[in-house]
Amino acid sequence: MSMDAAIRNQKMKSLISIHDFSKDEMLHVLRRAAEFEKNPYQTLLAGKVVASIFFEPSTRTRLSFETAVNRLGARVVGFSDAKNTSVSKGETLKDTIKMVANYVDLIVMRHPLEGSARYAAEVASVPVINAGDGANQHPSQTLLDLYSIQKTQGRLNDIRITMVGDLKYGRTVHSLLQALSLFNAHFKFIAPPELQMPDEYKTYLRQKGLSFEEHTDLNNNIDDADILYMTRVQQERFQDPIEYEKVKNSYSLKKSMLAKAKPTMKILHPLPRINEIDADVDDTPHAYYFEQARNGIFTRMAIIAYLLISDF
Amino acid sequence: MTNEKEFKVTAIKDGTVIDHVPSKQLFKVIEILELENYTNQITFGMNLESKKLGNKAIIKIADRFFENDDINRIALIAPQAKLNIIRNYKVVEKRRVTIPEIITGIAKCVNPHCVTNHQPVETRFTIQSSGNSILLTCYYCEKTTDQINVIK
Repeated sequence: MSMDAAIRNQKMKSLISIHDFSKDEMLHVLRRAAEFEKNPYQTLLAGKVVASIFFEPSTRTRLSFETAVNRLGARVVGFSDAKNTSVSKGETLKDTIKMVANYVDLIVMRHPLEGSARYAAEVASVPVINAGDGANQHPSQTLLDLYSIQKTQGRLNDIRITMVGDLKYGRTVHSLLQALSLFNAHFKFIAPPELQMPDEYKTYLRQKGLSFEEHTDLNNNIDDADILYMTRVQQERFQDPIEYEKVKNSYSLKKSMLAKAKPTMKILHPLPRINEIDADVDDTPHAYYFEQARNGIFTRMAIIAYLLISDF
Repeated sequence: MTNEKEFKVTAIKDGTVIDHVPSKQLFKVIEILELENYTNQITFGMNLESKKLGNKAIIKIADRFFENDDINRIALIAPQAKLNIIRNYKVVEKRRVTIPEIITGIAKCVNPHCVTNHQPVETRFTIQSSGNSILLTCYYCEKTTDQINVIK
């Protein structure tokens, strides 16, 4: 049995959480994403219909998924705001999903409630991709982050990653931490005391025998990083607005702070950024966040094709 | 004293005696086992002396025998509960409850943003237990907690 066939035997029907993919499946999807990057217009899914149902606003993720679907030759139906749907009449999520699943071959869904995507996958007769369920999971973001790391560093193993900003509520850092823990990463967590990495993730790393460091200062923790993963420190996370004012600038990255960074170091950010990366960083060779967003198209093409085409 | 206890335990002809239930959990156990819908004779004792628990409750249910899956539903709140199976006034079998790996529909998710707290979805948790500590992980929102909030 070939490697691909072995992976496929345990293939999941849906992608709800990063745990739904094994390490082999992640690597398989990343290989396929690289092929799509070389040949980004493939009509592998001609005739298929994909539902893009966004119960809360999203620009980047929705456009990225819909672009991926279009480039694969499939068509998109859906909504980007639940206000104009029967949800506003009180329809249950179960009924909405069952109805949509009758029309399409795959559902891409974002919903503000945590666990909603897992529930949708349970009631739907077609595969579901979780495009974000509240603060819980956003697995396609994690896979595109992995793709960006592999592409810029030439490897996924033994990466030194410095995660910065809101490490308490940021779902992207939690999922990325879990995924990179399969590749022997070394982690540095840089966050204000209010937004430190939760204990459950630190326990998770300890159980896996992986090392990590925690700091509150960004400036002295950039030089040894392969990847600087920036996140937004949101004002609404702070009970005291004065505390927010105190920390917001100390987690703002400026060009001057990159003088001693490794030449190969890349800065990732799930976007949108507000003031955590100064515009003067954009022109440095370290800035990678816009390419990272572009990589999202190829990664999502690979995820969709993997879930819909049995021998892909 | 021993005789009196024996008498209490064997006072039903056939059925099940659930012993070593913490007194404060008695009514939750009754709810989880849905005993309120049961029409046969049931007697409850509460605040009884117990060397193990200090204070215990006991439930005697005539003509009812539980499957393990059913009775283990009370393990989350009464992990030390013991079952005495009674046939013809005699204890013919003693069983302990065991904490199941997955539990559905009993506990409420502690996460206020979890879909199970907003949509008509039955809760489901995977359970990790070591010693006296029990951790519940929500199948839906993936949050882990040591708090047990019984729904019923």
